[in-house]
Amino acid sequence: MKYALFLGCMIPLRLPNLEYATRNVLAEFGVELVDMREATCCPDPIGIRNMDYLTWLAIAARNLAVADEMGLDILTLCNGCYETLKTAYVTLTEDAEMREKINEILAKANREFKGKAKVKHLLEVFYHDIGLQKIREMVKRPLEGLKVAAHYGCHILRPSEILKFDDPENPRKLDELVEALGATPQQYEMKTLCCGAGLRNVMSEYSIRMAREKLVRVKEAGADCMVVACPFCFIQYDMGQFEIRRLTKERFDIPVFYFSELLGYAIGLSPRELGLGMHRVKVDRVLKKIR
Amino acid sequence: MSASEQVIQLEKTDPKFVEEIIEYGSKIFGREHMETITACFQCGTCSGSCPSGRRTAYRTRLVMRKALLGLKDEVLSSEELWYCTTCYTCYERCPRGVRTTDIIRVIRNIAAKSGRMKEQHKRVARLLIRFGHAVPITDEFKEIRKALGLSELPPTVHSYPEALDEVRKLIKIMKFDQMVGYQESG
Repeated sequence: MKYALFLGCMIPLRLPNLEYATRNVLAEFGVELVDMREATCCPDPIGIRNMDYLTWLAIAARNLAVADEMGLDILTLCNGCYETLKTAYVTLTEDAEMREKINEILAKANREFKGKAKVKHLLEVFYHDIGLQKIREMVKRPLEGLKVAAHYGCHILRPSEILKFDDPENPRKLDELVEALGATPQQYEMKTLCCGAGLRNVMSEYSIRMAREKLVRVKEAGADCMVVACPFCFIQYDMGQFEIRRLTKERFDIPVFYFSELLGYAIGLSPRELGLGMHRVKVDRVLKKIR
Repeated sequence: MSASEQVIQLEKTDPKFVEEIIEYGSKIFGREHMETITACFQCGTCSGSCPSGRRTAYRTRLVMRKALLGLKDEVLSSEELWYCTTCYTCYERCPRGVRTTDIIRVIRNIAAKSGRMKEQHKRVARLLIRFGHAVPITDEFKEIRKALGLSELPPTVHSYPEALDEVRKLIKIMKFDQMVGYQESG
């Protein structure tokens, strides 16, 4: 298995520990990654796209064209990058007129969208390309007794007509992945609620209050930790817990994992090899529970 | 709110506004997609599903209604227009198949075209043009990357600046630099 690695912005530039953990975990599964050296921001599906849709589409198309030239499918580590790149891919594949228009613009930079490189989210690679069976076989340290609340995030599920990853109202795949690690998926209220990251830049207090809504439900349900698949959701729930404490004096103490970290721990990598020391909400207490 | 403020004055409405939205969005999503706005029957499933509306004064149903009534200035200059996180929950649930989130995006594009966008979004756009990343590297994160054993700069446009020239060229063609007030020197 070999992919063009699309790093995006938030993971390499604000959460490099997640890049490090993901590279180490994928290496254990024999997955080869080729860096997309000419890639830029995806671009951001909220700010840029809401000001000028065609600029957003042209820059996304350029990133897709870079992967076309590499002859590899794209692996994204972030829901935002996934939604941007996959929406651009589907739009340009299905709308011939738009494709022609965008390719005329890309030609000025000697690029062409050919539509050969498909866009895959990290969870798709684990769930579909590697598969639950292979993951179960690799587990050396089953996460027995650990109750994990899965937060999928919006832009891996919706719009479902384009992303087609899982049921937008009742997603199961991340829960199944959690189960494959020997942990117990913890169900909780408002599972598909948005983390609020899309509002952080515009209205940070409301954004944090949105994150709080879910943390309250996760705590009520009695989960030991959360698992996410997106760096924006990760920041909302990890660093967000400190921002909530300042705002409302509430203390949640719910460790938050990015999926590669939890998987990495289950297949026997050390906390050091996963950069687990860099979390704001410390994870040690939860890891001790496993042993 | 006084009684007179609750009255919609016909002379302050723009009956062509909804057609303007449909027309603008047709170039992106196709006409059929955009015309779904006219099917809205104000059931409120969108507002009831809205994670932002749980906390803010943003009401998706109200935006749809005002757009259909032609309250152009009110819609385009409202602060709440920028409170949608684009989670697409209403889009999935609308019983009339109104393409809500995409319609909100189009209305935001129209607002931005006349300069009515958030300064924060313009700032993100200027960072993208300057660095190729909306969240550029800092010295602190160079050190953290190094300490982890990763390359100091990520293997993206940050390490290969010639790719950034391409992107700037595309952005100039789209006149996006002018829209967000990007100046090469500053």
